[in-house]
Amino acid sequence: MSRQQHRPSSASASQTAAASRAGASRTRRVLTPLFTVVGLLVVWELVVDLGIIPNFLLPTPIQVVEALVDDISLIVGHAATTLVETAIGLLIGVALGFAIAVLMDRFEGFYLALQPLVTISQTIPTIAIAPLLVLWFGYGLAPKVILIVITTFFPITVSLISGFRSVDPDVIDLMRTMNASRWQIFRYAKLPAAADQFFSGLRISATYAIVGAVIAEWLGGNSGLGVYMTRVRKSFSYDRMFAVIIVISALSLGLMKLVDLLQRVCMPWKRAEGNKR
Amino acid sequence: MRAGVTSAEKGTASGTGDEPALEARSLTLSWDGKTTVVDRISLTVAAGEVVCLVGRSGCGKTTILHALSGLTRPLSGQVLLHGEDITGTPGHVSYMLQKDLLLPSRRIIDNVCLPLLLVGVPRAEARAKAEPLFERFGLAGTEEKWPAELSGGMRQRAAFMRTYLMGADVTLLDEPFSALDAITRVEVRRWFCGMARELGLSALVITHDVDEAVSMAGRVYVLAGRPSGGVPSHIAGEVHVDHSAAGEGDFALTQGFLVAKREVLTLLG
Repeated sequence: MSRQQHRPSSASASQTAAASRAGASRTRRVLTPLFTVVGLLVVWELVVDLGIIPNFLLPTPIQVVEALVDDISLIVGHAATTLVETAIGLLIGVALGFAIAVLMDRFEGFYLALQPLVTISQTIPTIAIAPLLVLWFGYGLAPKVILIVITTFFPITVSLISGFRSVDPDVIDLMRTMNASRWQIFRYAKLPAAADQFFSGLRISATYAIVGAVIAEWLGGNSGLGVYMTRVRKSFSYDRMFAVIIVISALSLGLMKLVDLLQRVCMPWKRAEGNKR
Repeated sequence: MRAGVTSAEKGTASGTGDEPALEARSLTLSWDGKTTVVDRISLTVAAGEVVCLVGRSGCGKTTILHALSGLTRPLSGQVLLHGEDITGTPGHVSYMLQKDLLLPSRRIIDNVCLPLLLVGVPRAEARAKAEPLFERFGLAGTEEKWPAELSGGMRQRAAFMRTYLMGADVTLLDEPFSALDAITRVEVRRWFCGMARELGLSALVITHDVDEAVSMAGRVYVLAGRPSGGVPSHIAGEVHVDHSAAGEGDFALTQGFLVAKREVLTLLG
């Protein structure tokens, strides 16, 4: 294909030039951050190898990878627990956030009554209330899920409310001239208009959820990445500690990708809007 | 089910009497329930007639359309559809705005079907009803496209088709072409006038563009007044425009056009 484009017509020549420029920038977009990461890892390795920072305080990247490989089956087990907590908490958080947003959009009274509470709930430091939750709800699933719900419903609620309000009032007037019911206006106009912002909120909530689960696990539990983290910290295995941090990052990234995928499936019209620009 | 049936009723309904399709009787309107914005306007639209209401921006044009469509209640006065009082009840007349207001999340065919879907027509049936119209509205091949994939002129046509599928006897149009660029505007306007004749539409078009009003309608109501300056809008007069002189040529280049335009401008003050 690219061979054909080398024909000396000026149009196709400039096209090829543009294409290769785009190609170059795409490779650059991948390679540049890769170099940064690799560079940092090399510096890290050297700093420890040369004894600038003693090895008992900081494991080298190679040691971290070794720890990850050694402990992988253990970590996978713990990760499964964390993921289950995350999934349950996130689902409840989304459902709750959705319900609150719909009620606040539908009833002005709800909006006025709940708006300050919703905001205040976000100023509560998660780490501070986590021990209380453990005290009240024990070492099981409940305190983790509750903590996740508290941290995740807010981005969902806020994004949905502003999404619902982003509908052009003229659309609502037009639909009223068509005798649309409130439910129909919600279903045809408000809900799709909020989809974009909802998924932005969900992306944030998903990362909060994993971190929330890990924090809750620090304070008590039998399994989970937070529990594993506490154990390896107490045994001073910092290499395994870094390994589990990598796993948590990877899980968060994976979850964000999953949200992206879900968004692409749920919003097919978004691609059409993207193509236009 | 109204939207589905009325096109069949059209003939009988408009044939019954001498009542105009749409009549406003001495409407007085307000934004806040206190200050009068529009003072006792009366107007009529006969069956199959396209009438324009021309006025400056901010003279309460949209307020009038909201009252005519039943979205708001007038302080006083009545709106009649074929002699029947519809004051303050939405859903009796079709309404089209300056913005196309297509729902970005629905394909064109589902957008134009919206009025049918809203009254409970099943999706397949609504689609079957809309499909044959695409050719006629110059939108063939766009059925499964997303609104974002259409040009401004095409989107406005789709909005017009949706308005048509509302199936009401009277169509209100609020500056329907002003969002388009100048060349597209003339094109879409011509196309609209042709379609209106072909479909036998009874339409009231509100605009601030005197040229547009004069070139579209046989009768032009002129709205004068400055509500922001404390002078409520009122109808300063009605101008009859004779389009017959133009024949097949461009009406905007004829003497008749200029005479009518001057008359409208004088009334606007």
